[in-house]
Amino acid sequence: MNKPLRRVAIFCGLLMLALMVRANWVQFVQADELQSHKDNRRVQIERYAHPRGNIIVEGKAITGSVETTGSDFNYKRVYKNGQMWAPVTGRSSQAFGGTQLEEIYDGILTGNDDRLFFNRTVDMLTGKPREGGSVVTTLSNAAQKAAFDGLQGKKGSVVALNPETGAILAMVSTPSYDPSKIAGNSQNDTKHWVEYTEKNKDEDPMLNRAIRQTYAPGSTFKVITAAAALESGKYDVDKKTGIESPYQLPQSTNKLGNSAYDRLCDDATLRRAMELSCNATFAAISDDVGNEEMIKQAEKFGFNSEVFTPVRAVSSVYPEDNRPQNAMAGIGQASNRATPLQMAMVTAAIANDGKLMKPYMVDRLEGPRSTVEQFKPEEMGQAVSPETARKLQEMMESVVEKGTGSRAKIPGVTVGGKTGTAQRGEENKANPYAWFISYAKSGNGSPVAVAVIVEDSDAARGDISGGGLAAPIAVDVMKAILDGKR
Amino acid sequence: MSLNLGNTTTIASGGTPNRRNTELALLVFAVIIPVFAYANVGLAKNDELPSGMIGYGLGIGLIAGIAHLVLRKFAPYADPLMLPIATLLNGLGLVLIWRLDHEPNLSPANAAPSQLMWSALGVALAIGVLVFLKDHRILQRYTYISMVVALVLLILPMFFPARFGARIWITIPGVGSLQPGEFAKIIIAVFFAGYLMVKRDALALASRRFMGLYLPRGRDLGPILAIWGLSLLILVFETDLGTSLLFFGMFVVMLYVATERTSWIIFGLLLSAAGAVFVASFNSHVASRVNNWLDPLARASNDGVTETAQAMFTFGSGGLMGSGLGQGFSRLIGGIAAKSDYILATIGEELGLAGMMAILLLYALLIERGMRTALAARDPFGKLLAVGLTGAFAIQVFVVAGGVTGLIPLTGMTMPFLAQGGSSVIANWALIAVLLRISDTARRPAPAPATNPDIEMTQVVRS
Repeated sequence: MNKPLRRVAIFCGLLMLALMVRANWVQFVQADELQSHKDNRRVQIERYAHPRGNIIVEGKAITGSVETTGSDFNYKRVYKNGQMWAPVTGRSSQAFGGTQLEEIYDGILTGNDDRLFFNRTVDMLTGKPREGGSVVTTLSNAAQKAAFDGLQGKKGSVVALNPETGAILAMVSTPSYDPSKIAGNSQNDTKHWVEYTEKNKDEDPMLNRAIRQTYAPGSTFKVITAAAALESGKYDVDKKTGIESPYQLPQSTNKLGNSAYDRLCDDATLRRAMELSCNATFAAISDDVGNEEMIKQAEKFGFNSEVFTPVRAVSSVYPEDNRPQNAMAGIGQASNRATPLQMAMVTAAIANDGKLMKPYMVDRLEGPRSTVEQFKPEEMGQAVSPETARKLQEMMESVVEKGTGSRAKIPGVTVGGKTGTAQRGEENKANPYAWFISYAKSGNGSPVAVAVIVEDSDAARGDISGGGLAAPIAVDVMKAILDGKR
Repeated sequence: MSLNLGNTTTIASGGTPNRRNTELALLVFAVIIPVFAYANVGLAKNDELPSGMIGYGLGIGLIAGIAHLVLRKFAPYADPLMLPIATLLNGLGLVLIWRLDHEPNLSPANAAPSQLMWSALGVALAIGVLVFLKDHRILQRYTYISMVVALVLLILPMFFPARFGARIWITIPGVGSLQPGEFAKIIIAVFFAGYLMVKRDALALASRRFMGLYLPRGRDLGPILAIWGLSLLILVFETDLGTSLLFFGMFVVMLYVATERTSWIIFGLLLSAAGAVFVASFNSHVASRVNNWLDPLARASNDGVTETAQAMFTFGSGGLMGSGLGQGFSRLIGGIAAKSDYILATIGEELGLAGMMAILLLYALLIERGMRTALAARDPFGKLLAVGLTGAFAIQVFVVAGGVTGLIPLTGMTMPFLAQGGSSVIANWALIAVLLRISDTARRPAPAPATNPDIEMTQVVRS
């Protein structure tokens, strides 16, 4: 009997060997894949096991972490003044995932980033609880608040930049949402999530209009048309353009003019046309310069490409188009579209003597013990020559001094701006968008450039204009920055 | 040792040393290791040494110590490794169950104290077997009674309501529930051993040659087909894949050892395959297990994460060294089997691949000792019984561990000694006791030859 017995013993040994090989396969070969699998709840548990690091504005945290009960997640995210800061922070939700800065710098905030390996090791050896790093932003509390207050009850967005560095000073989108309300994974969070996503479809509170929505730029686009005109060498600030108003659109029977100002716009100088926002002049210039040159000029200001702030901003567009459309695009009323961030970049480049800086909102990443990464201003290119930039500044300052942007005057400060009232809807039936872009100067540079858009409001249709609705908000934001400088 | 010295002049054969001191030394480790593990869990979960640590240590120590003393008295030549390995596995199982008791959502709640009680009962039963079963050959007398008892035990659960998708429990209201399959495993091994010992010659020799294989005669085939049918009945009516596989596998192994005919293995494999295909295509419970095995990480039909997937995540998250006792998340497996069928997953996560390999080696070693006992046994009944019990143990370990790690489709069975469950731990202690008894008989020195008057004389003079 011993021969078959030995064979059975070998067979049993093989069974055990198979188990050991399998254990090695699962726990060694497949381990990484299983550890980080999306269905493996340990990933989530680990993420919320420790207090999350914070997002910092001017030395103060705008986020926090609170201990939670009734869930296997130890901590959840809370936000201070969440509605105001949501377009900056994004959210970190146990149930609905993360967005924006919270998602991009999740590794730093949780402390899991490879660059924090040394910290983790020290914490582990000294028995201290794991600590996340913090994300220090470039934003200004006062400017953000001014912009948010200005947009209360309205649908719109504000972006403010430091023209010299590209640092984002304010980024607001209304109506907004409070990420604190959806940070956990309770039924309450789900209820709020459903409210935000489904019930308010037209309000779309979780849309970050500042960087994810493009609008017809309306008359604010005229500064880009003017830039193309000046760069072409065919036009100058105080030279008569010789363009009639109303203007006969190319290949079309339609005429374009400004009903009230046609007489003043007729054969106006570039400066005059800018002050009065003459449609005829800029449509004709756009046609004269041509689609190709217009695209080139728009792209120098950042059109047709995405920008990472590091949060992704969708690309604003200036497309190839036929002559009548290209002429209309010269006054921002055709298929060209821009994000509020894009228009702020245009304004900032002009204020910074033509040099376009890359917009960014994170100054540095800090570990619990030391700075992990310091971000420096980056140049995106020369949008226009310094000479052209100064001429554009002159014109924009005239707009505030004597033209449609008079509401943007700040005593004792040089302000340049441009209004815009973009028609929209079929046969322009919907309430138009009110735009205002501006910069302020102090000393020999410009510390702030702003773009404001008010999409819609309860105001009567007749009252909606860039100068009336949007300019006061821009003024408040600029004042907030200027006051901080003093 | 002293015994050996005294015998040098009288016998030449035997001479197997008594290894009880080795066993004692190993037992010390088998008790200390779980006690440290217990302290480890307490420190990880409550930041303090558990208050029950001394009681637990003394409890295990006492159980193991009494078993050891009984072995010294009643089975002095028994294998020295079986008791320490079983004690270590049982002790670690208790620690793991206590550790899982800290998770509020796992049922049954607070399972460790009752498991300790069942373990004590199991050891008591083992001691009873060792004390009252002086020679394993006595069991041979009960061959056909065993068959009846085993059949009753196997068929009984069919009349009780199914729990968790399988009818393997007998529920006695007010007392609790029992898994008779665990006990039937031992009793049916006794029947097989007794039956095959008598019939082995008929089965081995009276056969027709066909295509190079020796085919059994029709009337010899009867009992085998009956066992096969019984396995299928268990599978179909009790939806218990594991038990069915266990019995049929055990029978084929014992048949092969008894007859030395490879044709039986082939015949057995064909029958198993036919049975498996038949059941898998007609039984949705079994079919879903197979699907889970083929794609372990797939979502369930309600889009939830399956237990199979959770078990895989648990193993994977343990990695090489594990998270440390008490610091894993094997509770995510949830369900009703986290402390029983899936307990190996907790080892995988908290003790890592290192711990898994250690545990599997312990099982492998225990099986190796069982096989060695079968080889060393001098009587065919002992050989068959030992190989049957060890084979069943090995198949059970393979089926559970293979199922939980995703090597084969999952079947509901318990990991011997580790898993929570009274029937399982009691039955496995009894199984170890029978193996210890066979090994004691096998290793016992041959009886001294007839007394020689001369030697007696000299001894008288010497004293």
